[in-house]
Amino acid sequence: MVEPWGRNEPILQVRNLVKHFPLTRGALIRRQVGAVRAVDGVSFDLRAGETLGIVGESGCGKSTVARLLVSLERPTAGEIRYRGEDVATLSARALRAVRRNIQMVFQDPYTSLNPRMTVGDIVGEPFEIHPEVAPKGDRRRRVRDLLDVVGLNPEYLNRYPHQFSGGQRQRIGIARGLALNPEIIVADEPVSALDVSVQAQVINLMRRLQQEFGLSYVFIAHDLSVVRHISDRVAVMYLGKIVEIGSDREIYEHPTHPYTQALLSAVPTPDPGASRRDERIILVGDVPSPADPPSGCRFRTRCWKAGERCAESAPPLAVPLAFAAATDSARHESACHYAAEG
Amino acid sequence: MLAGAGASGPTPVPASAGDGAVPPGGRQPDSPTAPGPAAPPPPTAASGPEASAPAGEARGLWTDAWHDLRRNPVFVVSALLILFLLVIALWPGLIAGQDPQRCELGRSLQGPSAGHWFGFDTQGCDVYTRTVYGARASIAVGVCATLGVAVLGTVVGGLAGFFGGFWDGLLSRLTDVFFGIPMVLGAIVFLSMVTLTGIWPVVVVIAALSWPQIARIARGAVLTAKEHDYVQAARALGAGTPRVLLRHILPNAIAPVIVMATIMLGTFIALEATLSYLGVGLKPPSVSWGVDISAASDGMQFRNAPHILFYPAAALSVTVLAFIMLGDAVRDALDPKLR
Amino acid sequence: MLLEVQDLSVEFDTRDGVVRAVDGVGLALAAGETLAVLGESGSGKSVTAQAVMGILDSPPGRITGGRVLFQGRDLLTLSAEERRRIRGERMAMIFQDALSALNPVLTVGFQLAEMFRVHRGMSRRESAARAVGLMDRVGIPAAARRAGDYPHQFSGGMRQRVMIAMALALEPELIIADEPTTALDVTVQAQVMDLLAELRREYRMGLILITHDLGVVADVADRIAVMYAGRIVEQAPVRELYRRPAHQYTRGLLESVPRLDRKGRELAAIRGLPPSPSRVPSGCAFHPRCPVAREMCRADPVPPLYQVRMAAEPAADAAGRTSACHFWKETVGG
Repeated sequence: MVEPWGRNEPILQVRNLVKHFPLTRGALIRRQVGAVRAVDGVSFDLRAGETLGIVGESGCGKSTVARLLVSLERPTAGEIRYRGEDVATLSARALRAVRRNIQMVFQDPYTSLNPRMTVGDIVGEPFEIHPEVAPKGDRRRRVRDLLDVVGLNPEYLNRYPHQFSGGQRQRIGIARGLALNPEIIVADEPVSALDVSVQAQVINLMRRLQQEFGLSYVFIAHDLSVVRHISDRVAVMYLGKIVEIGSDREIYEHPTHPYTQALLSAVPTPDPGASRRDERIILVGDVPSPADPPSGCRFRTRCWKAGERCAESAPPLAVPLAFAAATDSARHESACHYAAEG
Repeated sequence: MLAGAGASGPTPVPASAGDGAVPPGGRQPDSPTAPGPAAPPPPTAASGPEASAPAGEARGLWTDAWHDLRRNPVFVVSALLILFLLVIALWPGLIAGQDPQRCELGRSLQGPSAGHWFGFDTQGCDVYTRTVYGARASIAVGVCATLGVAVLGTVVGGLAGFFGGFWDGLLSRLTDVFFGIPMVLGAIVFLSMVTLTGIWPVVVVIAALSWPQIARIARGAVLTAKEHDYVQAARALGAGTPRVLLRHILPNAIAPVIVMATIMLGTFIALEATLSYLGVGLKPPSVSWGVDISAASDGMQFRNAPHILFYPAAALSVTVLAFIMLGDAVRDALDPKLR
Repeated sequence: MLLEVQDLSVEFDTRDGVVRAVDGVGLALAAGETLAVLGESGSGKSVTAQAVMGILDSPPGRITGGRVLFQGRDLLTLSAEERRRIRGERMAMIFQDALSALNPVLTVGFQLAEMFRVHRGMSRRESAARAVGLMDRVGIPAAARRAGDYPHQFSGGMRQRVMIAMALALEPELIIADEPTTALDVTVQAQVMDLLAELRREYRMGLILITHDLGVVADVADRIAVMYAGRIVEQAPVRELYRRPAHQYTRGLLESVPRLDRKGRELAAIRGLPPSPSRVPSGCAFHPRCPVAREMCRADPVPPLYQVRMAAEPAADAAGRTSACHFWKETVGG
């Protein structure tokens, strides 16, 4: 078991996290001709037992953040501190233990399970990699328990992934993520590949498991409704940076960054009467390339509020001066020179 | 997109009636793996197990492939033929009682007769006996060369694909160099330099010049398999390189290699015949189809006694065809698009 | 009626035998109207669209019954050549994946201009000019310059605009869009849906939107048909369907979607899984997942399409409202 860690202490602290992917030319002798700045200075805390949602459009770097958190990628710069210790400076041994405690659930239930392995082998593989967690004789029983916990019949141990539907496969993926008793689960778009009627089942399952096992989630998605439903706090990403972060009320009811506002107004509501067609903000153009982001504020090329100042200096992620004295939910961190409600 | 209709194969299906009702308390109490105090929330219809069960018995992809193959007449015919060829290659005496080297010049070019259905060749040897015994050398060359090619190609291509970067550059260029050597020309040059006889020089030269094809396929297959999330999932769990390679990548990348190797086996048998015909492969007194075709292909003799060319050539063609058909059938059965 | 689909059935030959993917589907679309066909994977919505367009892969698929009346003519009785002519000129399709629907080795401008050259016999110059005009119309910036670009040089949203331009080129009376915004980001999704709605008004086309997303179509559709397991289970004007669904499946779907404006603790998920087309349950196909199913729902025959009428609502709104639920009255009421 893990040593006690205060309920409101951040279990994971991310500071100025940067990941650049070099762009190279040449076959045998490669030279760097540029870099895709997938993640460019991201900081946030994850507190024990909470769910932090990260939303953003494709290419905003949210999936790279997920891969950095579970050590699938090495950061170019910055720190990921797990229980106060920087993961990058840990010895191989200590890193293994950290890895055990931060697990991942993948987006695509069709490619995240090895088609040549049975469900029992897939869910049991974590025990083979970390034999110290469960003695050999006990593993089979543990796998059955895990399948049961995620709502699958333990008798299906010997079946192969292609015999299950998308929702069932995602449950298998979740069972694999739970096997090592992790404290943190990083879920990268865990329901976006599923049918609407099955999405709700998986979201409910994840909430139930969170309560049952005291898990902390980093929940990454492009669907703002899903993120609102499951998250305690939400970070909005655009082109490798967090543009706004706060509690779900702060972000969804009092957004102060124009990008968040545009994103929220674009979400379709399944209710023709509730349509806010007139107030809808339709952004022009596309997201610029992360290999060549705009100077200053990265959102300025699509922003209707952008002024000269936005091209010159990048707004920091902090409580805007205009709201420094505010007492309501509008007072939260937002990286905009002209932050305002509405 | 067939909207799932044809695409999913044996998809699990909710069983009909009865499943709908989730019994109250349907979920088991929490598992012993739960850290800390865990209060099981009241199960509701929504958090209960997904109603349905996968239908049918446990089946792997190979089991499924076998299920398909058994019903494929092309596979059944070619597999039976290959089985037959393997048996006579191992024990030619089962169907040919005579010694292929015992020839009587006096019966040279005699036509078919009772007990000698295929007639006699120039040297007066029994064509039937020689055709049966010829299978051994031809198939031995094909099988050994294929094994060599498969191992060499998979290792080189697989490592290039898996490690990428510098190693990929180096190994892929090496592959290209060998790929650029013309097969027959390279074999003639090499074989005319060595003085060894028997099948080994032929096996070595075929393997040395043919592995790049397999290497390219293996590299592509590994690159594809590497991209899959299950490889990332294993890494995220902390799996080391050997486990990722052997457990996750190899089993998923080997299918195209097997298909290609099966087809190549057929072409190697033909290649052995070609080299023997050109006089650099197997040489008499070795018995092989290529040697016999070479001996029979003098224009004069062919006009007088076509049977001496026909039988070894037919045996060769049928064998090559059988392996190519087998490869095609296996490819169809393993095609992931049908799954 | 611009398009009337009557009792359409489509079967597929699969490893597991013959599968009926579409089973007795009926749809009607008036000129200038937008109809959304809503369903999950395997519901048969895309197969229906392919059958109507005449681009069903066959084999393994084949149409086993029904009629597809386009301006009164049954398309299923036409020759391949006649159908081909109608396709493109009179009806066009927009696909989800624009990248694979466009030819990667030809420039976008060339592919658009080709439509005019082949179908309208225009000269090279004239057709090129029309192509640029069309790209401009669908909101591609610097259209004249971008006409020389290849499909992969466009972003997802811009590519979908190119697809829309291709579909519009010959000013068809009917456009079928199969999940046109599913692959796009939220902000781009809104742009593309708005463009589609605007063009439909301008050209007075009929539009069929195939989708799985309840939210996307709420604002643009006039009527919605909900498909489940190869059948239409409910058809209604858009407002009524969202306000008071008359089928338990529709209702379950609406309740299970997380919404921005309602943060609840637990989602009211529909239990179980959508059935595989090869094993559709007896009676009402939804009964194993339905909270109100009774004996009558489990037994064959399949529930008929009931006319849904409500005393409280004006008759005009209720027109053409149907539900395949035996208990539609209590579903609507409660």
